[in-house]
Amino acid sequence: MHFVAWQMLTGDRAKYLGLIFAIAFSTFLMSHQVSIFCGLMSRTASQIDDVRDASIWVMDAKTLYLDEVKALTDQDLYRIRGISGVEWAVPLFKGASRAKGPDGHFRAVILMGHDDSTLTGIPRRIVHGDITRLREPESIAIDQVGYEFFFPGQPYQLNRSLDLNDRTVRIVAIVDSNAPFVNLPVVYTRYTQALNFVGRERNQMSFVLAKAIPGLPEGELTGRIADRTGLKALTSSQFGWETIWYYMEHTGIPINFGITVIIALIVGTVVAGQTFYLFTIENLKQFGALKAIGVSDLRIVGMILMQALIVGAIGYGLGISMTAIFFETTQSNLDLRGFRLLPIVMQGTAATVFLIVFLASAFSVRRVIVLEPAVVFRG
Amino acid sequence: MLNNAIAVECSQIEKNFGSGGDAARVLRGINLTVPTGEMTFLVGPSGCGKTTLLSVIAGLLNPTAGELAVLGVPLHTLKPSRAVEFRRQNLGFVFQQFNLLPSLTAAENAAVPLLAAHWPRKKAVEKARELLDGLGLAERANAYPNQLSGGQQQRVAFARALIHEPRLIVCDEPTSALDQNTGHHVMELLRAIAVRPNRAVLVVTHDNRIFDFADRIAHMNDGLITDIETN
Ligand SMILES: Nc1ncnc2c1ncn2[C@@H]1O[C@H](COP(=O)(O)OP(=O)(O)OP(=O)(O)O)[C@@H](O)[C@H]1O
Ligand SMILES: [Mg+2]
Repeated sequence: MHFVAWQMLTGDRAKYLGLIFAIAFSTFLMSHQVSIFCGLMSRTASQIDDVRDASIWVMDAKTLYLDEVKALTDQDLYRIRGISGVEWAVPLFKGASRAKGPDGHFRAVILMGHDDSTLTGIPRRIVHGDITRLREPESIAIDQVGYEFFFPGQPYQLNRSLDLNDRTVRIVAIVDSNAPFVNLPVVYTRYTQALNFVGRERNQMSFVLAKAIPGLPEGELTGRIADRTGLKALTSSQFGWETIWYYMEHTGIPINFGITVIIALIVGTVVAGQTFYLFTIENLKQFGALKAIGVSDLRIVGMILMQALIVGAIGYGLGISMTAIFFETTQSNLDLRGFRLLPIVMQGTAATVFLIVFLASAFSVRRVIVLEPAVVFRG
Repeated sequence: MLNNAIAVECSQIEKNFGSGGDAARVLRGINLTVPTGEMTFLVGPSGCGKTTLLSVIAGLLNPTAGELAVLGVPLHTLKPSRAVEFRRQNLGFVFQQFNLLPSLTAAENAAVPLLAAHWPRKKAVEKARELLDGLGLAERANAYPNQLSGGQQQRVAFARALIHEPRLIVCDEPTSALDQNTGHHVMELLRAIAVRPNRAVLVVTHDNRIFDFADRIAHMNDGLITDIETN
């Protein structure tokens, strides 16, 4: 009977392809949009991710997310260093500046200032150059996007200059950083240098990065720091999620993507589910004949489920491949870096698609089960 | 085997559609015996309940009252799953509208009862080809139903009804979708190939042009058997 089920399914080529296309299309829409959404949301925390060598972030108690900070004082830094369990603690500056290229192109950039002696928190993936040269005066590291913007299409070359707030700086390293949410170029330099670039004000310390002594759970140390200083101390992943949630709650992004995903779901359910259901209904007479001839309900259910599984699997396979190919071909595009098809999205889409297909076949099965085989004698 | 063993025995079969005062009493106490080795016709005016009676005999409808024995089995008392199995093994069906599966070839259509009985596909289709050969359709075995004439489709349906060698074949208006000559021809074929000493063939029709093919004609009117004549 598997053979009969297969023939019934593929016999009407147009309907069969229509079914597969509908499922493939909604699989693609869902997985693609959810992937972009996850990529965008993880971008909001990408600069937290980029800091690999410290696992604790200390900030003003009222700080909500990465991109809006109230400065800490040097006093805060010393108090944190004095807490037992803190192996080390260093300042981090995060601000904005304006950079101008040799041909006059200018752009807002994110300016990061890292502890002068340790350079803690600079992305470790160096594409070109040497970050230890940041100790030289008026030197900066820039991310690939920034380099591409100011020197489009040119090979990576060190010691080129940029104007940063009307000061000439030299590029000594090009780093591969995660794309920030706003996708602005990121410039890295020493902490004191960064303060110079922006014009020193009294309080400019955005964060203190700290590390727990070996064996001390980070969660315990963050609690301790918060208790002693009244500041907010979070692990990297806590801070990352807080930032992501902030964007989720305070931007229209989740809603807009949610709408697309729901549309994909509706298209999937209505088009694919409906097509499959109609397909069964149109074959009702055939199923009735099979029932009369002596094919049990159970085997007919098996036939319908098999048909559903086949179109579900092929449609899903096509759709998810389209998504994978999309992200594969856009991987080299710097503006789209970090967007990819996550395994969880693949699994979630698979679960959704099979739920749709299962529901459609459940309705179909119901119609066939309640079908009186005596209908086969009616004209 | 005796020519007149009993394949179907109906006594006081009633069938109502709906219930209470609105119920349509379609069968009102049918007594009928269908012997093996013969072709029995069930004839009567439109709406008198022929198809309903055939459905009851084939186990597709349960009678409201009365006793039914098909090949000695009280079919209406079987559990649904057993009834399905009984139909698969013992019954062959021929429908007015042929009811072939459009996406299967003639041979595959004829093989369906064997596939339902878990035969391997190759073997089943092979047997179907032989049978189609005997029905003069050797050339058309790989054709799809929409590539066949009505008469050819009905012959494929005969092959499907016969392939698993059932002991009771039920046909509802097998010729009414065919022109007179074709109808004649397929009835000749059906008689030649289906009637066997241990098999009964029950044909519902109101096509009096084919009455000659019957060994026995049960006349029905308004839910009752009114007369039985033998040719
Ligand atoms: N499922 C049903 N529900 C209600 N009434 C039904 C049902 N099936 C049949 N009937 C009624 O039962 C009566 C007999 O129907 P049946 O189909 O058995 O007649 P028939 O003798 O086969 O007629 P025809 O020669 O036109 O095929 C008709 O009045 C029909 O409307
Ligand atoms: Mg009828």
